[in-house]
Amino acid sequence: MSKQENSFMGWIDERFPMTATWRAHLSEYYAPKNFNFWYYFGSLAMLVLVNQLITGIFLTMSYKPDASLAFASVEYIMRDVNFGWLIRYMHSTGASMFFVVVYLHMFRGMMYGSYRKPRELLWLIGMAIFFVLMSLAFTGYILPWGQMSYWGAQVIVSMFGAIPYIGDTLSNWILGDFMLSDAALNRFFAYHVVTLPLLIIVLVFVHIIALHEVGSNNPDGIEIKANKDPKTGIPVDGIPFHPYYSVKDIVGIVAFLIVFTGIIFFVPEMGGYFLEHNNFIPANTLQTPDHIAPVWYFTPYYSMLRAVTVNFLGVDAKLWGVILMAGSVIIFCFLPWLDRSPVKSIRYKGPIFKFALALFVISFLVLGWLGTKAPTPLYTLLAQIFTVIYFAFFILMPLYSKIDKTKPEPKRVTK
Amino acid sequence: MRLIKFLLFFISLAPTFVFASTDITLDKAPIDTSDDASLQRGAQSFVNYCLTCHGASYMRYNRHQDIGLSNQEISERLILTGQKVGDVMFTSMKKSEAEEWFGVAPPDLSVIARSRGADWLYTYLRSFYRDESSSSGWNNLIFDKVAMPHVLYQLQGLQTLNVKSQDGSEVKELNLSVPGLLSKEEYDNFAADLVNYIVYLGEPHANYRKKLGAFVLIFLLGMLGLTYLLKREYWRDVH
Amino acid sequence: MADSNGEMNSRRRFLVLTTSVAGGVAAVAVATPFMLYMMPSERAKAAGAPVEVDISKLEPGMLLMVEWRGKVVWVLKRTQEMLENLKKLNDVLADPTSEKNQQPPYAQNETRSIKPEILVVVGVCTHLGCSPVYRKDIAPADLGPDWLGGFFCPCHGSKFDLAGRVYKNVPAPTNLVVPPHVYLSENRLLIGSESKESV
Repeated sequence: MSKQENSFMGWIDERFPMTATWRAHLSEYYAPKNFNFWYYFGSLAMLVLVNQLITGIFLTMSYKPDASLAFASVEYIMRDVNFGWLIRYMHSTGASMFFVVVYLHMFRGMMYGSYRKPRELLWLIGMAIFFVLMSLAFTGYILPWGQMSYWGAQVIVSMFGAIPYIGDTLSNWILGDFMLSDAALNRFFAYHVVTLPLLIIVLVFVHIIALHEVGSNNPDGIEIKANKDPKTGIPVDGIPFHPYYSVKDIVGIVAFLIVFTGIIFFVPEMGGYFLEHNNFIPANTLQTPDHIAPVWYFTPYYSMLRAVTVNFLGVDAKLWGVILMAGSVIIFCFLPWLDRSPVKSIRYKGPIFKFALALFVISFLVLGWLGTKAPTPLYTLLAQIFTVIYFAFFILMPLYSKIDKTKPEPKRVTK
Repeated sequence: MRLIKFLLFFISLAPTFVFASTDITLDKAPIDTSDDASLQRGAQSFVNYCLTCHGASYMRYNRHQDIGLSNQEISERLILTGQKVGDVMFTSMKKSEAEEWFGVAPPDLSVIARSRGADWLYTYLRSFYRDESSSSGWNNLIFDKVAMPHVLYQLQGLQTLNVKSQDGSEVKELNLSVPGLLSKEEYDNFAADLVNYIVYLGEPHANYRKKLGAFVLIFLLGMLGLTYLLKREYWRDVH
Repeated sequence: MADSNGEMNSRRRFLVLTTSVAGGVAAVAVATPFMLYMMPSERAKAAGAPVEVDISKLEPGMLLMVEWRGKVVWVLKRTQEMLENLKKLNDVLADPTSEKNQQPPYAQNETRSIKPEILVVVGVCTHLGCSPVYRKDIAPADLGPDWLGGFFCPCHGSKFDLAGRVYKNVPAPTNLVVPPHVYLSENRLLIGSESKESV
């Protein structure tokens, strides 16, 4: 560094902790050196967030949040606005890819016990991000005002009507009308472009601050801070995030972009999973499409919503469905306290946990697949079975994680 | 890793859970959106036969430069309503009139291919049959009680429905009872061109999109090699 | 160990440089569609398309107002007397020979027009965008005895002659803009385009 630069940075540093921030979060933030494939998805989620924010801002320039104009304004973007199609596909593909990377990011946390002490709060902040992300996806999906936008929103909002006593008033309050209409579209637009993006930005910031406070977990699930070089005080198994993980993450980002742009340019509809066919029909308040299904990332929860077909404990099936659906997401928040295993990482956990996690992933995938299908008696039965497995994974965890035969953790991280 | 292998194994089993659909099978539409000649024929049929009742109100006439027409050719061949080339393809039929005549307003066709799919449209255009019981006098094998009359019957001719019993199940079959101006093969080609155009209409930039995508992917593959070398170079430090 | 933490060797420096350059190229390539996104859309272009005007019914001395791209375009058929008067004004005009680039080359002449009698000019004052008033009366009380007809801007008092040329010592700096235009036939004028291709 030349003298001039030094004095310039010095001038800044006296007024803003620029160099200190750089050091604390990048050049002298020590991350475990044994990160594997699963550790790309955090930075990829950030990348997709930035993509959504930028493309979203541009889309708002041409979109009209008005029930009579919304559908046409989306086609206007697709055809008349220069490169509008590209920016719209970046946003619509980004929405689905956001869930892909976030699901893999969460799965990583479950495999390596990243939610365990001292990272419980980090996990909870992450869950808060996930809730906001789901709200963003829901409010965003309404905006094109196609048939799926309309009837999907109708189903979700009707769920609030299932809440006893206050249900009807609550759904009127949410919609600002006695039915799903322009008023709701307009306010969901406000949430989608202002409220929720602000929230998610703040939460992501807090998530990273919390991460850098406790330090990153790793595939061995051991604390690198427990083993520091006595002279320097640097963890012996830690390496500076920058440049090592910055150059590594760039490789991951480019690889991800190959998949991402591959979808954008060659299969933007992704066979009807990212952009549903029926959403190319303008919303018709009088006619439900033959078959409605939420976008793929909501289908596991949707399956559980439909799975309950009988009233029990004096609560009707509709409300049970809603409770299960909400519970299936909220239950993730309790993971830090449900897991009683003496070790964190799946590498040292016993066969029961491995089996349970595999079964959980299978039930998540099957429920997701069932959610895209029209219900038949067989499918409903399958959904019921896998809903039970899904919840059993969490509810029985204190039991099986305790009795599971674990291996001893190593002292140092392994390759 | 064993967990992942297990999951992959499971996913490979998934198709066995998929049960055969009971819908009428659709004929594969023989289309190619890079064939400008076919698209131009389709565009001509579209403005002659479809645009009278259906609009394509998100499509501008001058966009047809995509399929190799000049503004001059567009205004001479495609614009039958005295509009300008920069205008969108409105139908001359009023919505209220249409509702009176057909019961429902004919849908806008701009993105119909994206909701219905090419195969459905191709089958639909070839599956009209005479049905005196319906108000329009027509019905369709894949769209029961369709409100749209068979506007192409002069070309295709008149089909009637035969329901046969085969192996205990009903088989529906269409027979050409009065031949039209076109032979069966000619009519199929006509329908294919028209569907080809409607698919193009759904996403006019689709061909350009794929072309641009190829460049982007090539660039990113190069970038992948470069960034990998950079990562490997730095990671030589890490033991 | 090749290098200690983050030290630069020549290979490393080369790779950082090439990756940065490639990243820069990518950044520009990504920014391009976003910047183009903000240019006028096809709808705006269609709305701003050239306008065809029939001038067969235009009487000498009559001014026709045409809207093109949200602005008023004047089509004025000048009388022989008006054309004669144009020549007398050179001393009081700021740019009598239209040196400044306010007109297409084919209108850079004495009358600032393709056909001498027909003036086609954007009716927006070059000062702050008001629309001047057509004042063909000679030597009125408010404009003084030297006024030979022209356009007067009520906002800040700028004056233009009947070829849209600006007077000296008024706020407007330049002559009125002559838009691109072309005659499709004797009486069919196309404003906004220089090519005769049908639109």
